[in-house]
Amino acid sequence: MCLGVPGKVIEVFDEDGIRMGTVDFGGIRRKACLEYAPEVEIGSWVVIHVGFAISVVDEEEAARSYALLAEMDNLEFIDLPQHREGVRPEDLS
Amino acid sequence: MKYLDEYRDDRIARSLVDQIAAEVTRPWTLMEVCGGQTHTLIRQGIDQVLPAEVELVHGPGCPVCVTPVALIDRAIHIAGLPDTIVCSFGDMLRVPGSEENLFMARAAGGDVRVVYSPLDALTIARDNPGKTVVFFAVGFETTAPANAMAVRQAHLLGVENFALLVAHVLVPPAIAAILVSPGNRVQGFLAPGHVCAIQGWREYEPIARDFGVPLVVTGFEPLDLLEGILMLVRQLESGRHEVENQYVRAVVRDGNEAALRVVDEVFETADRAWRGIGVIERSGLKLREPYAHHDAELLFPMPPGQRPASESEICIAGEVLRGRAKPHDCPAFGTQCTPERPLGAPMVSAEGACAAYFLAGRRREGAPA
Repeated sequence: MCLGVPGKVIEVFDEDGIRMGTVDFGGIRRKACLEYAPEVEIGSWVVIHVGFAISVVDEEEAARSYALLAEMDNLEFIDLPQHREGVRPEDLS
Repeated sequence: MKYLDEYRDDRIARSLVDQIAAEVTRPWTLMEVCGGQTHTLIRQGIDQVLPAEVELVHGPGCPVCVTPVALIDRAIHIAGLPDTIVCSFGDMLRVPGSEENLFMARAAGGDVRVVYSPLDALTIARDNPGKTVVFFAVGFETTAPANAMAVRQAHLLGVENFALLVAHVLVPPAIAAILVSPGNRVQGFLAPGHVCAIQGWREYEPIARDFGVPLVVTGFEPLDLLEGILMLVRQLESGRHEVENQYVRAVVRDGNEAALRVVDEVFETADRAWRGIGVIERSGLKLREPYAHHDAELLFPMPPGQRPASESEICIAGEVLRGRAKPHDCPAFGTQCTPERPLGAPMVSAEGACAAYFLAGRRREGAPA
């Protein structure tokens, strides 16, 4: 229900006095209300929920935090506990 | 797609699982509040690859699931009246009311339409001046700004035939209610990222302080969820209980101020009943007085003599929604209750914990698959 999908603003226009835009989701384009993202411009990335931009993606923060995540891939771990696969007994109790 | 695909990288996911396993020393019970997060955790099997010490229980964060039966009955009643059009998000149509659902109301001749956005319902109202269009405004804080904008536009543009049937609920009072409920086992929360995109996380700071629980604002992709779980485990292992933000690309502490201004203009806080849980004080929203003529609860009272709303006796949805039981603990799970014939709302929406378990093929051991 609280689904939010990132998309790129490719057009901004006024409709009945509110700020609207066209947002591209990897080739699929939809109209969205941009009233809650007053700072966005064409090219900005936004998170869209039920036809409204609810958040502007902070591209610098995204790059910084993702770089930290990706670094984890280079870490080595030893003596890892065995992961139990499948349904755990406590799930069934 | 940018900002989605890279957060589904399975190598980094495995590294995060390993890191959680390397740092956890004791059992911890964590709750993800949001149904969208439940769906990803179960569909991807994240709960099953975590170390055994980390148990995930699923919270009440499916607005479709917690909308009271009485309001669904009200929507069905309105759909049956002449010259009305009921609009809703798709999930609501299959949710069982006392006796039927909105699909049945449509089959019986009611004009019930699925819309993508509340602004689409406003357009339907402008295109149908002879009818009253009622939008079933279900949702958490994430959806409130959209619904507020639709009714504010109706007000400004003089669209008098547009009304909201408001079923808005709020996350922090529900978290507090879970924490004070007898037998609570939850020790840390993945706070819902998109709710916090609107509200920010100031409201969660007193919860962390007063209840001594860590909360991590978390996104919705597998890497987001695993990183949020790692951040919670780190706090718990080191005895901290703070609000931290994993979802830095979309959430700031103060939330979305432009959205909060419009929500506050249109809605005020009110006591709300949660299906399966009961009334929680100041846990929802209602329209402010200047918007009363757009309030479907006032425009369409239930006729007297209606039987009070009733629930299935076998369904344990309330226990599931509070994280006290897992879906397959229910005797009806997967037998009398399936997504095609749901007894309780968590089996209806894909974001409901019961439907998430069913669709991922989770069954009680020994039950037919």
